[in-house]
Amino acid sequence: MADDAVPPLPPPLIEMRGIERTYVMGDNLVHALRGVDLTIERGASIAIMGQSGSGKSTMMNLMGCLDQPTRGYYKLNGKDVSRLSRAELADVRGRMIGFVFQSFNLLSRTSALENVEMPLMYQGISGKERHRRAMRAIERVGLLGREHHHSSQLSGGQQQRVAIARALVGEAPIIMADEPTGNLDTKTSYEVMAILQGLVEQGITVVLVTHEPDIAAYARRVITLRDGEIVDDKLQEPLKAAS
Amino acid sequence: MKVFTTLKLAFRALWRNKVRSMLTMLGIIFGIGTVIAMIASGQGAKEAVADVFRSMGTNLLIVTNGSQRSFGAAGGAGSRFSLTWTDEAALEAGEVPTIRWVTPVLQTKVQVASADANWNTSVVGTKPVYFQIKNWEPKEGALFDEDAALNGPKVAVIGTTVATQLYASSSPIGQQIMINNQPYEVIGVLESKGQSGMGQDQDDVIVIPLKAYTQRIDKSGGKYIPGRGQIYVSVANEGDIQKAETQLTTVLREKHNLGAADDDDFQIRNLAEFALSQQKSTDKIATLLAIVAAMSLIVGGIGVMNIMLVSVIERTREIGIRMAVGAKPLDVMTQFLVESLVLAAVGGVLGLGFGALLAKYMASYYGWKLFFPATTAALAFAVAGGVGVVFGLYPAIRASRLDPITALRYET
Repeated sequence: MADDAVPPLPPPLIEMRGIERTYVMGDNLVHALRGVDLTIERGASIAIMGQSGSGKSTMMNLMGCLDQPTRGYYKLNGKDVSRLSRAELADVRGRMIGFVFQSFNLLSRTSALENVEMPLMYQGISGKERHRRAMRAIERVGLLGREHHHSSQLSGGQQQRVAIARALVGEAPIIMADEPTGNLDTKTSYEVMAILQGLVEQGITVVLVTHEPDIAAYARRVITLRDGEIVDDKLQEPLKAAS
Repeated sequence: MKVFTTLKLAFRALWRNKVRSMLTMLGIIFGIGTVIAMIASGQGAKEAVADVFRSMGTNLLIVTNGSQRSFGAAGGAGSRFSLTWTDEAALEAGEVPTIRWVTPVLQTKVQVASADANWNTSVVGTKPVYFQIKNWEPKEGALFDEDAALNGPKVAVIGTTVATQLYASSSPIGQQIMINNQPYEVIGVLESKGQSGMGQDQDDVIVIPLKAYTQRIDKSGGKYIPGRGQIYVSVANEGDIQKAETQLTTVLREKHNLGAADDDDFQIRNLAEFALSQQKSTDKIATLLAIVAAMSLIVGGIGVMNIMLVSVIERTREIGIRMAVGAKPLDVMTQFLVESLVLAAVGGVLGLGFGALLAKYMASYYGWKLFFPATTAALAFAVAGGVGVVFGLYPAIRASRLDPITALRYET
């Protein structure tokens, strides 16, 4: 698998080998992933593409430590996370991964600031420090001044920026964005993509999960899944969403 | 997560559904409130009953003449003279060691009069230890002493009912009272005791020295303690009452030369036993009421569980989000458990106030002393907390077991 980064001395950020994931659905055994090998280096900009049913959601869930493989192993930052307990997995998520969802998934009737502070609560960080870090994350997504707005008082684009701030606040090295622009119009999509590209420049690994080639065009590396297998893995010059 | 943060989060979540939280709390408020009120008033009723019996005499055994049988027809208690002054003297001399105080109590109905009124009441002839047995202090004036009991001066100590009937306008102390048309001097008025456990007005009484009674009111006895005459026996220790009764029976049977086949020619009434049975029945009612109250608390707890289950389902998405950003199953469980705990604890505090008010109202309505022991309050609060944990546990565990992927996909 070609990756034009310097051959790694430290372990790769994400290393998946022989990943299989099967579900039992009624009487049927569903093979969502059928032996996937994938390595992602630090600071990568990568899009995972595929039709619905291709296994890309399963891929994201596994990569985001929300789920565990039936077979194979997954090393995150050199540490095997494929056989951890639910609590250990939650801890890994909190430290390593920030999620951005298509439907934003902000807590309703809760201010932007509190939404951004939330992940830090589970890391046992004190209120004062939570506030300081959350404000910095909100500043990074350009929402300073709106930190006390509730989700219902923010536009879709702004809500997604709050979600990005929440993903950033724990200093996680990986951002997993699942159809981040699926609920946004073209203009705001562009803005959100610009922010995500900005994060890549700051050294954060951004994994886009999408079925839209337009969005995948912003990534440097595009992986295509079909029927639970990687059918294409190519590098490209990413489209610039410069603001 | 830090304790403070968790608590803040719980208060927030409950505040968001103010009406619902308040309604759920009502169950706990009424539950705890009724438990408190029932325990407090049960205690009050018990104490009120105990008070009544305490007013009748401390650890009291009452010995009376037995019944006369003539040709198979029983004459009833006191129809036969059997108790003698020698019996009384022997008891006083300490033949039954468990006994502390002994006094004859002679009693009859008489017509009495002051300068401007007359009245029919009981007159009691006894020794001063009578007042100790009955725990009776003078409200005004003084009681007569041992010398007076033996010499029989014409002095009288009267109950409050007699005092109001005969001396409506002035103090009775030092005034003259006519008993059976003989003049006595009123030297004291007794404290009011109210009704006895049997419903008699204990204040409708005149107490005079024993000698005065046997010389002027009823001379019929001779060597016997006359007719309705009684010997009051106060036992030193409450635990010895049964023993004292047995000993007393043995001593009296011996003195009366009764053979093994003969019936007792006297009767011993055990007031403590009667008090105890009354006590037990009040206890039973109090326990019953407390159980009913506890039931309502359980119903309140089920209300908490119900609402928490609804809340977990409604907030499935939120749980998913929290898990995605790093909340461990234990964090989620704690969050919901603390919510139900806060719900129950706040309800508990309000219920405590409600129960206190209810207890106060009931106490004043029934004329009981208000009992609101701190231990009961603390216990009720702990119980409320326990209810929160017990009934919150199942919803909290359900929340913590949610799969983050499914939870994130949940549509509300």
